[in-house]
Amino acid sequence: MSDDRARLTTTVNGTRYERDVEARMLLADFIRHDLGLTGTHVGCEHGVCGACTILVDGVPVRSCLMFAAQANGCALTTVEGLAPAPDRLHPLQEAFRDAHGLQCGFCTPGILMTMKAFLAENANPSEAEIREALSGNLCRCTGYQHIVDAVKLAAERTR
Amino acid sequence: MTRQFGASIKRNEDARLLAGRAQFVDDVELPGMLHAAFVRSPHAHARIVSVDASAALARRGVVAVYSAQDLGDYWRPGPVIVPPPPVEGAVFNERTQVPLAKGKARHVGEPVALVIASSRYIAEDAAAEVAIEWEPLPVAADLEHAAAPGAPRVHDDLPDNVAARVRQTKGDYAAAAKRAHRVVKRRFAYDHGCAQPMETRGVVAQWDARAERLTVWDTTQAPIAIRNGLAAMLGLSERQVRVVAPFIGGGFGPKIMLFYPDEVLIPWAAMKVGRPVKWIEDRAEHFFATTHERGQVHDAEIAVDGDGRILGVKDVFLHDTGAYDPYGLTVPINSQCTLLGPYVVPSYDSTFTAIFTNKPIVTPYRGAGRQHGVFVIERLLDVAARELGIDRAEIRRRNLIPTDAFPYDNEIIYQDFTRLGYDSGDYAPMLAKALDMIGYERFVREEQPRLRARGQCVGIGVVCYVEGTGIGPYEGAKVQVQTSGKVSLLTGIGTQGQGHFTSFAQIVADQLGVAVADVEVITGDTDQFYWGAGTFASRGAVVAGNAVNEAGLAVRKKILRVAAEHFECAEVDLEIADGRVSIAGVPGRSIPLGELAVLANPMRGAVAPGTEPGLEATSYFGPESGATASGVHAMIVEVDPETMIPTIRKYAVVHDCGTVINPMIVAGQVLGGVAQGIGNAFYEQLAFDSEGQLLNATLADYLLPTALDVPRIELGHTVTPSPLNPLGIKGVGEAGAIPVGPLFAQALEDALDLPARGKELNEIPLSPCRLWELAGSPK
Repeated sequence: MSDDRARLTTTVNGTRYERDVEARMLLADFIRHDLGLTGTHVGCEHGVCGACTILVDGVPVRSCLMFAAQANGCALTTVEGLAPAPDRLHPLQEAFRDAHGLQCGFCTPGILMTMKAFLAENANPSEAEIREALSGNLCRCTGYQHIVDAVKLAAERTR
Repeated sequence: MTRQFGASIKRNEDARLLAGRAQFVDDVELPGMLHAAFVRSPHAHARIVSVDASAALARRGVVAVYSAQDLGDYWRPGPVIVPPPPVEGAVFNERTQVPLAKGKARHVGEPVALVIASSRYIAEDAAAEVAIEWEPLPVAADLEHAAAPGAPRVHDDLPDNVAARVRQTKGDYAAAAKRAHRVVKRRFAYDHGCAQPMETRGVVAQWDARAERLTVWDTTQAPIAIRNGLAAMLGLSERQVRVVAPFIGGGFGPKIMLFYPDEVLIPWAAMKVGRPVKWIEDRAEHFFATTHERGQVHDAEIAVDGDGRILGVKDVFLHDTGAYDPYGLTVPINSQCTLLGPYVVPSYDSTFTAIFTNKPIVTPYRGAGRQHGVFVIERLLDVAARELGIDRAEIRRRNLIPTDAFPYDNEIIYQDFTRLGYDSGDYAPMLAKALDMIGYERFVREEQPRLRARGQCVGIGVVCYVEGTGIGPYEGAKVQVQTSGKVSLLTGIGTQGQGHFTSFAQIVADQLGVAVADVEVITGDTDQFYWGAGTFASRGAVVAGNAVNEAGLAVRKKILRVAAEHFECAEVDLEIADGRVSIAGVPGRSIPLGELAVLANPMRGAVAPGTEPGLEATSYFGPESGATASGVHAMIVEVDPETMIPTIRKYAVVHDCGTVINPMIVAGQVLGGVAQGIGNAFYEQLAFDSEGQLLNATLADYLLPTALDVPRIELGHTVTPSPLNPLGIKGVGEAGAIPVGPLFAQALEDALDLPARGKELNEIPLSPCRLWELAGSPK
C-alpha cells in the first residue's frame, strides 16, 4: 500500500466495511460519499457546528475532524443507525418530532447523536445541563428552545 | 373530524429529516460525477494581469479549468433582480455581479477561475495551482470612506461609489421641526451580519445529451426563477430545464440571489464537459461567496411636542451595498419604510445613498433592512422620552396608530412598489400584553431599585415594530385527489425548514376531509409545478397558502359534483369526512375519495365539454399589497459590570401574524428569529479591515448564538386577520429577528444606567468589548 492510501476496516451501524481509502479522506466524506450514508451532514468542516457528529465506539465525535483511516477498528453509529426499524423512530427522534425540535433539519442528525450519548450519561438532566450539552451544536433555525423541550421529553419518556 | 387548520399538528416532513433520509443538495450522487472548486480573489480590489492554469491542468484527475476568457459570450453580468421602485428623482446605477472576474476583482472571494476534477480534493489541489498575477489597487472598504470624495472607485466607469440615492417624503418635516417642542438628533450605526444557514450553498448539474434535458439541484429559495434564467442563458427552452430545490438546510434570504456565479457556471460546465458536476460551498467560501447584509449609518432626528407625540422624523443614511447591486434597493427601501413602525408619524423626510464598497454583495437577510430602520425610530423615541421625562413604554403607547385608523396609509412607496399601507392591526393591546408579560411596572418600581441597591446592573427594555410581509406577485398550487385516496399538493414555493409540508397540508386537509398526514406536499421542483416567484419576504403562508386554499376549495367543489352524480343526489346532501363522501343521514351511502377519483377519470365515455378529468385544480393568488404583521418585544437583562457580559433574565414576545395555520410552527419561526436577532445584537459582526479583508471568516471567530446564549422566550399573541387575503394570514418568518437590536441597546443602557453618566448606546452589535468601550467602567 502506498503512503497516501490506507486500509480501513470499520463497523457502521452494525455493518462491517473493508475499504481502501485515501489517507487524507475525512471520516465525514467517507461516511457520506463512500458509504452513501448521507444522513450525517457537513456544516463547517472545522469542528465548530457539530452537524457531522457521529458516535465512535459510543462517544460523540465530529467526523469532519477525523480521517477515515483513524476509524480503523472502530464501531461507528450514524443517524441512520438510531431508529429500531425503517418504519419506526428512536424515542429521541419521536420527541424531536413531538416538540418541534427541528426546522430545516440540517443540524438535527448531529444534535441527535450528541444527545443520545448525553442521555446515556445523564438520564435525568436539568434544563441547564441540557443547554450545556447542546452548546457544542449550532442550530440556526430553532433558537434551541424546542430542542431543549424535545430532549427533556425524551428523557422523561425513557425514565 | 376536528379542525386541523389552526392546530399544532406534528410535521409531515420530520420523519424523513430525523431518520437521515431527507435529500439535501450535497446528497445527490450521480454516475460519472465530477467536482468543482473555485479560485477566488485574495484581494478586495486588484487588477488581474494574467491567469495561468497550465500547472493545474497538468494534475492528474483535472478535467478543465475555466477563466472569464473561456466563457465567451456566456460571460455577462447578472440581471437586476428587483428594479428600483418608481420614486421620483431616484438614482440607480446598475452594476451586477459577473460569473468570473474579468479585468479586476472587486471583493475578496470573487471567483476568478473554475476547476473541474474527479474529486473535490483534487479540484482544490488544482485550484491552489492556478497562477494569477495580481496588481493590487487601493481599496474602498469602509462605508463612510467609500462614500467620501476621492475614494477608490469600485466601478471605474462611475464618477464615484454611489449605487443609488432615493428621497421619500411625507408631509412637511421642516415645518414640523420648526413648531416642535423639542428636536432630538443622533447618529446611529447598525450592522447586520450574515445568515450562516447550517447548510452552505451548493449546485449539482446534469446534462442528459440524449434527452436534451438539463437537471439542476440547487440550494436556492427560488427554483422557478433559476429555471427560467438558466434556460434563457443556455439557449434552452424552459421545458428542457428542471431545477430542483430539495430539502434546504436553512435559507434566511441569501439563498435567493439570481444568480450567484456558481449557479450560472456549474450547469454550463456540466454541458461543456458532458458529465454531471457538483459544487458544494465550504464554510470558508460561504463567508465571501454568499451575500451579506451588513451596515448602515443614519443621521436622524425626531421632532416631538411637549407630550412626546411625534411631529416628524428626518433621516439621512448611507447603505453599504458591497461590490455590486443586483438586488436593487430592497434592503435600504425596507429600512426607510420600516422606520415608521407602528407609530403615527405625520411628517417624514428620508434620504438614503447606497454605496459600492470592495466587499461581498449585500442582499436581504431575514429582516432585510427592517432592523436598521426599527433601531433608528426606537432609539429616537428612547432619547425623546428621556429628554421629556416620559416613561419609555408610555411614549410608545402615546404614538401608536389607533385601532380605528386602519387601513393606514403611510404615503411613501414600499419595496413591492405599492404605497406603504398597513392593512390591519391593533397595537395598543399588544404593548399592554407585553408589558404585563415582562412585569414592567413591578420591575421599574420595585425590583430594579431593590437589585440596584444590591449592586446589580439590571435593566428593562420594550420595543414595537411592524413588518410588511406577504408581498406579490403571486404563487400557485395544484391540488389533486389520487386514486389511492391520498391528496397531492404541488406548489412552486420551496422550503428551507418553515414547515410547508405541513402548513399547506393543513389548509386542504379540512376542505377535503383527509388527515394532514395523507396530504403529500411537493415543493421546489420545477417539473412538478411550473409557475411561482420564490420563498422570501415572509410570504410563503400568505401568498402560496391562499393559492392552496383556493385550489383546495375548487377540488372540494369537483368532489361534490362527481359524488352528487354518482349518488344521484343534491350536493347539499353530501358531506366529506374521513376520506369519504357520504350522504348525510343515510348510513352506508358513502364512497371513498380514491374511488371517486377513479370515477372522475373514466376509461370509457367522453369528458363533457367544459369539464376536466380527475379531481384536480390549480389556483393562483396574488395580493394587491403586503399584509402588515406587528409585534412587541420586552426584555430584562443583567450585565456583569466586570466583564460586560449580559445575561437575559426574561424575554417576552407578543406578535400578530393574523390567522395562524399551525401555532407550533409559528412559535418555532418566532423563537428562531429572536435567536438570530440576539446574535445580531450581541456579537455577530463581519470584521473587515481597511484592506477589505474579512478577519473572522470562520465559525470559531464569527460567533453564532448557542443554546447557552438564547434564553427561554415567553410567547404571546394577538390576532387581527388581514383583509388582503381570504385566509387572513400575515407573514411571520422574519418577525422575531427584527426588533432585538434596539431592545438590547435600550435594556443595556438601562442596566448600566448610562444616561445618568451622559452615555448612550447608538450602535449594534454590542459585544462585551464594544460595550466596555462605549460604557466605560461603571464604578
